[in-house]
Amino acid sequence: MSSGKAMKIAITGISGRLGRILARRLHRRHTVVGVDRRKLVGVPPDIELHRIDIRRKRCEDIFRGAGFDAVIHLNVMHNPRASTEDHHTFNIRGTNRVMSFCARFGIPKLVVLSSANVYGPRPDNQQFLKESEPLMAASSFSAISDLVAVDMCAQGFFWQHPQVETVILRPVHILGAVRNAPSNYLRLTRPIRLAGFDPMVQVIHEEDVITAIEAALAPEIRGVFNIAGCRPVTLSRLIRMAGGQPVLIPHLAARTMLDQMWKLRLTSFPAPELDHLRYVCMVDDHRAREILGFAPAFDLEQTMADLRMTRAMYGHRRAR
Amino acid sequence: MLRLTLKSAFERGLDDDLAARIDALKEALEGRETDDFGFDPDTLRWVMPVMRWIYRHYFRVQTSGLEHLPEGRVLLISNHSGQLPFDAMMIGTALFLEADPPRPIRAMVERWVPSLPYISTFFARAGQVLGSPENCAALLSQDFPILVFPEGVRGISKTYDKAYQLQTFGQGFMRLALATDTPIVPVAVIGAEEQAPALANLEGIARVVGAPALPILPTVLPLPLPVKYRIHFGRPMRFEGDPDDEEASIRQKVNDVKGAIDALIKNGLAERKHVFW
Repeated sequence: MSSGKAMKIAITGISGRLGRILARRLHRRHTVVGVDRRKLVGVPPDIELHRIDIRRKRCEDIFRGAGFDAVIHLNVMHNPRASTEDHHTFNIRGTNRVMSFCARFGIPKLVVLSSANVYGPRPDNQQFLKESEPLMAASSFSAISDLVAVDMCAQGFFWQHPQVETVILRPVHILGAVRNAPSNYLRLTRPIRLAGFDPMVQVIHEEDVITAIEAALAPEIRGVFNIAGCRPVTLSRLIRMAGGQPVLIPHLAARTMLDQMWKLRLTSFPAPELDHLRYVCMVDDHRAREILGFAPAFDLEQTMADLRMTRAMYGHRRAR
Repeated sequence: MLRLTLKSAFERGLDDDLAARIDALKEALEGRETDDFGFDPDTLRWVMPVMRWIYRHYFRVQTSGLEHLPEGRVLLISNHSGQLPFDAMMIGTALFLEADPPRPIRAMVERWVPSLPYISTFFARAGQVLGSPENCAALLSQDFPILVFPEGVRGISKTYDKAYQLQTFGQGFMRLALATDTPIVPVAVIGAEEQAPALANLEGIARVVGAPALPILPTVLPLPLPVKYRIHFGRPMRFEGDPDDEEASIRQKVNDVKGAIDALIKNGLAERKHVFW
């Protein structure tokens, strides 16, 4: 290749926390091109950014004839506060467009970052869900339905376009400086715990998610992979390790309270997400270990130590 | 507060032997608080003294054939009786107290149990797992003994006129044994039938209130009578074949196990001199 770099990779949603870590990790060996409607800060200058909404027609020109070797699709929004329509079209139409670029412009690899949350926390879940389990998350929490739809679209694409190596990654709760529900929850000084429930949970360090994405770029890798990080642990222990003091509330009270707070815009946790504090939603990652050769580098202690540091950071910011 | 008082009262029954057995289980966790399924051996520090009291002094359990128990993974297949699952508790206690090293049994619970607050957590900490073939296979791969009652509710809720008559067996355990190449140990529990002899089972009303059964008992409380328990472990049986074989072929293998349990029951009943001692 002329630039002397191994692959030319497009990253959608590059301006998010994970996108930036990924870009920093990849840019030395690969040519990295980012697509995002948000500003991109804190990345090396050799990364080219196209600031554009993935749904725009003009977006096509970025992919046409650019000779990408892979697309990493991180551009999935999960913000229950956003309007449902915007949310839905951004996620589903956006994913669909990325997939059509791969098919039309001969891009041989597509990596989609989904989530283990698509299985949904349910009382009758297996302790360790395999990739073949149905995606039941939307049955009790409709706001997550487009994340399920994105995953299913990618699965459909996998079968329709066998010439593109499609990889769907379903990591467990990602912890780190990311601003997602599990990290925000564990950064609380007094997080809610539901009285009488203490499920086992799996978490993964954000850096390990990037490692899994890198592994998915290898030739011949295709299919759906659950990505489990650290060993499973009880929720109560996880909160203690994060340095929080849980407040025990019965489920019904917590649900009612959260519903009211949600209406008054006092919380960013939708009440159905409380099920994550009640039921297991853990995955079996044998496939990732055997086929991707993925093994997490961060153990539970390190992951939680890093989370505690981000907690000080966010706490400080809020205080100002 | 009440929980702590009860806990410390129960823990007073903890002696060196029990503590050593629990520590042996703890060691296997290599410093973790619980295993992947949420089992915390420390829970046994206050559960086991109670269980041991029931085992030694209430039901005065006599076990035989524990030496047949193979090392590594094993499926224990037992008859099921007595309205309340004391038979499961006593088999579990037997494996914990009498086997060397202690073998913590993992029992399978109904699919609605995880939705119950406190109970779900307690069951998980005590080593119980949501009943599914996948969970069962995962535990077998970790060499845990698994106890299965293939009669299910049909067995435990039957009325006294059907005492010691094995009801229809489910076939899931055999498919699992074939798929995971696990030996089967037949188990017979003698005595549990008489702990709560049901005269009738009001299934209609039970269905309305959503209970698995509503037995009419001569005892006032749901307390079992202090019968004497005898638990007989048979020789391990090994089966080979396709786990997805057609029903008739699986049924035949299941009937072999059922026959072995039936023989253990008949022997046990013949040896027994009295229900209460």
